[in-house]
Amino acid sequence: MFADKIGMCLAIPAKIIKINDQLAIVDFQGVKKEINISLVDVKTGDFVMVHAGFAIEKMEEDNVKEIKEYLK
Amino acid sequence: MEYKKILKNIQEKAERIDRPIRFMELCGTHSEVIAKYGIKNILPKNIQLITGPGCPVCVIDQSEIDIVTGLALAGIPIACYGDATNIPGSLGSLENARQKGARVFIVYDVAEALELSKKISNLVFWGIGFETTTVMTAWGIQNNLTVFSSHKLFPPAMEALLKNNKIRVDGFIDPGHVSAIIGTEVYEKFQIPQVVAGFEAKDVLRAIEMLLTQIITKEKKVENEYARLVKKEGNLKAKKVISEVFEVRNAFWRGLGEIKNSGLKIRKKYQHLDAEFIHRDLIAKIKKEIRPKKNTRLDSRGRPLVDARRVCRCGEVLQGIISSKQCKLFGKYCTPDNPQGACMVSREGSCNINFRFNE
Repeated sequence: MFADKIGMCLAIPAKIIKINDQLAIVDFQGVKKEINISLVDVKTGDFVMVHAGFAIEKMEEDNVKEIKEYLK
Repeated sequence: MEYKKILKNIQEKAERIDRPIRFMELCGTHSEVIAKYGIKNILPKNIQLITGPGCPVCVIDQSEIDIVTGLALAGIPIACYGDATNIPGSLGSLENARQKGARVFIVYDVAEALELSKKISNLVFWGIGFETTTVMTAWGIQNNLTVFSSHKLFPPAMEALLKNNKIRVDGFIDPGHVSAIIGTEVYEKFQIPQVVAGFEAKDVLRAIEMLLTQIITKEKKVENEYARLVKKEGNLKAKKVISEVFEVRNAFWRGLGEIKNSGLKIRKKYQHLDAEFIHRDLIAKIKKEIRPKKNTRLDSRGRPLVDARRVCRCGEVLQGIISSKQCKLFGKYCTPDNPQGACMVSREGSCNINFRFNE
């Protein structure tokens, strides 16, 4: 979906909406997509950084405000 | 407001240093951010940013491109990320092979390759990139995907750069998402100021300010500007997946040559999914075909210099020894539509970025 716009290492923050085992529906500012969450420990409502269909890391709670600003 | 403040700090600190300073951004995505926001133009005159070897497509060695293209031409279906299809090799690019009837599929992610492999038998996914993409390939292998691995480790390349006397660098802007996987601890062995940075313009500027502070206080440490994502120890789950599937081997890098323990090979346990093993006879045949003929001019590593690649200076550009514009091919014979070297192919390649943003 973002393939033609991004570099190899660009990732996008997203919010976990619904978890289904190793997969989760996430929200990229209104665009919903299924991603793989097997590399992170997350719950609904958490923010993750998504790279090529995978959540590569959970974003720290303390920084969610900052993350939301970036998303604006 | 915050931008103004950071820029003011950078200005003040640069004045205090009063000598030319060179920082290298190691990740291709940082290079793109720097070009896109015109960061080089707003920095004080004594601060220079140079592009490092962090464009995964750019550092793929010629021989690997030739092998994958050879496999495609021999009828093996190949799936890979889009950037990789246009790198010219001695058998042409994967895109050239596709035009000749080879089956080459561009995928956005490993999951897509895995889906494709259920419909297309013998499909080989060409795994390229550093730790960030490696973990996804490893997951694919665990889920029965056949892979040709060109994966590389980032820290050994940093070590190689630091050993090269031709390159003078005062500090590194360390990659963000590679670090999300491997953490920041691994960089502590390098005796140079370093800051792990995120991918907003603000992140890069903050990293520059932090590096300048280290130079003023004469410190050489690893700082983490991207703490909202990157942890000291990295992503342990991801590191475990990588080491379960891959083992370290020596690898060739374009421009940097052979670097010890910098490549990743699929472990014996997954040999049945390792394209290098499955197609070993075919690969041996391809290697024989691409071996240089007698009287061919050879490079320092005994490999042939052919056509435009004789003058393509991608290797020096990758190490920050020359800028793209110092290459005779740049902008005239080598453009994103007709790339002669890998640095012009990838959107993260230094030459491609220079061409698009006219830095």
